[in-house]
Amino acid sequence: MSTARPDVTGIEAPVYLHYHFTAGTAPARFLVRLREGLLSGQRCPRCAKVYIPARGSCPACGVPTTEEVLLPDRGTVQSFTIVHIPIPGNPIEPPYVVANIVLDGANISFIHLLSDCVNEAVRIGQRVEAVWRPPEEWDYAMDNIRHFRPLDEPDVPVERIGTLPVSGPAVPR
Amino acid sequence: MRDIAVVAFSQSACVADIGAVNEVELIMPQLQAVYAQVGLSSAQDVDFVCSGSCDYLQGAAFAFVAGVDALGAVPPLKESHVEMDAAWALYEAVLKIRTGHADSALLYGFGKSSPGELPAVLSQRLDPYYLAPLWLDTVSLAALQARMLLDSGSITESDMAAVVSRSRQNAQANPLAQLAGDIGVAALLQDDYLLAPLRRGDCAPVSDGAAAMIIATVEQARRWGVPYARLTGIDQRIESHNPCMRDLTDSVSTRQAAAAAGVHEAALDVAEIYAPFSHQEIILTRALGLDEAIAVNPSGGVLAGNLMMASGLARVGEVFQRIVNGDARRGVAHATSGPCLQHNLVAVLEGA
Amino acid sequence: MAITEKLSQEFELGFTYTRSTGPVVGRFLTGLRDGRVLGIRGSDGRVLVPPPEYDPVTAEALSDWVEVGQEGTVVSWCWVSEPRASHPLQQPFAWVMVRLDGADVPMIHCLQAPSAEAVSTGARVRVTWVAEPRGHITDIRCFVPVPGGVS
Repeated sequence: MSTARPDVTGIEAPVYLHYHFTAGTAPARFLVRLREGLLSGQRCPRCAKVYIPARGSCPACGVPTTEEVLLPDRGTVQSFTIVHIPIPGNPIEPPYVVANIVLDGANISFIHLLSDCVNEAVRIGQRVEAVWRPPEEWDYAMDNIRHFRPLDEPDVPVERIGTLPVSGPAVPR
Repeated sequence: MRDIAVVAFSQSACVADIGAVNEVELIMPQLQAVYAQVGLSSAQDVDFVCSGSCDYLQGAAFAFVAGVDALGAVPPLKESHVEMDAAWALYEAVLKIRTGHADSALLYGFGKSSPGELPAVLSQRLDPYYLAPLWLDTVSLAALQARMLLDSGSITESDMAAVVSRSRQNAQANPLAQLAGDIGVAALLQDDYLLAPLRRGDCAPVSDGAAAMIIATVEQARRWGVPYARLTGIDQRIESHNPCMRDLTDSVSTRQAAAAAGVHEAALDVAEIYAPFSHQEIILTRALGLDEAIAVNPSGGVLAGNLMMASGLARVGEVFQRIVNGDARRGVAHATSGPCLQHNLVAVLEGA
Repeated sequence: MAITEKLSQEFELGFTYTRSTGPVVGRFLTGLRDGRVLGIRGSDGRVLVPPPEYDPVTAEALSDWVEVGQEGTVVSWCWVSEPRASHPLQQPFAWVMVRLDGADVPMIHCLQAPSAEAVSTGARVRVTWVAEPRGHITDIRCFVPVPGGVS
């Protein structure tokens, strides 16, 4: 043998692909509103459910959605988890709470941080509100909302979560 | 065996960059159009749904899952997906109906190729040890194939330009085409090479868009009371992924699929062929055994606009529309997938 | 209110995979690392380079190894006047299908040449190696023309 090196048993096969991503019409509207400090959803013309963020369709009915619905930044915890392990690339120090939050007037939850709270006291049905970054820091990004924090309001019964009406005006914070 | 009818088809315009449109927004208008053609209200009104797409085109992992948001999957649907052209979604649906597991099916394909560098993206479908690390792109591979044909003397660059010229001319009657115009062989041959021996015109443009189709048993089509074309044959064959292991000047898989689909069991008047490169249309025309009397790619074909993952289904749709409109009685549609015509599907449609 | 703003962003999608080579691909790549080009003989007697793991005709596992030459003949080629960033050569180059001496099917790799006029079907070319081979298809840096060589 001309070499003492071991036989090849594997190769590095990195693949890097470059893209120029363009958001769809519905996501772009959500993001533009978010930059204005507003939470914008869409209502289904068939079943009247409100989705946020919207993709441009009602996934239940399979019809296009175009009607914009501005929502308040208050909502209800639909589910949550307490994260105890560090996630690579995530700067947040564990333990912290990640919650499914349904805004008042919406029929679907999104995921956000829940903070300024006692982690062990977080519960399904708990009322929460958004804590926004200062307006000069707003971008086309969900972290314009730094996190949600508890509201001093009675809990929402489980069967009513995701069915509440719009609770107040949608105004930039 | 249960007879199958194509009852509806719709395709978006082919555009170079559709911009602020996501997967759902790309698919939705085509779904709404085929529902309207049949009088359905949603995907709940068919027995089976199957789609074709490739997440790498737009670089969005599991983008095809987002496509389900266009369907209305409450209550849940019988759904499937192929990570390839939706012509193979059609094939899956045909099997489903023929074996009695469904009476009707909705098919759709979509591709937003503009965000990425399509030829480089597609290079990663090649052998991961020997070819993908070289980033051997699809245009280069097609150019190697074209050179072999030219060297063999079986085609000339003028023959290739004639294919392009006819595509552009035919596309003038196709409002969905991306490239159309009255341009002759001599003018095309004056263009510089893009990747010698290919000129830009020899290569299909990159297009964004979507297409959808509804098929059913002939009995169901009659119940719906809509015009339909019978899909009398469909077959698909694949060859080695290694282009060097194949005769690139022929398409044996197309030849086999055509025989199995019964292409020549009766006279044809129209053919829609998925040839992303001009020389490939010549290979395929020969492999399909098409004579001069048959109108090839009256839509302009994919050289006039190429919806990755939907153009194969659209070839079937083009033939369907011509039969239903009375412009043709019997036609053949072809779809391809993979580098240098690796995988080919042939379908035969006839008037009701 | 109509929102007309178009939101776009560049991004890179990365897959940092490693791949196991298995006995056949691994032996071929080991050969490249050691400066040799190995093929494998199929059931029909053809020598296949790079080697497939299974016979293209019978699907039997293959193991009849054959070292082939490092010179060969161009079977087809195309000219890349504007290389992509991902391409192995950044100057204009040719992709070539080369049938190496002793092989019966061609392989595809790149060819460094001064211009398209310097390339032709039937031309003789030879392998050049990278300075530090590691057991990878790109250990073959590229092919180069053999001076005066036309088969």
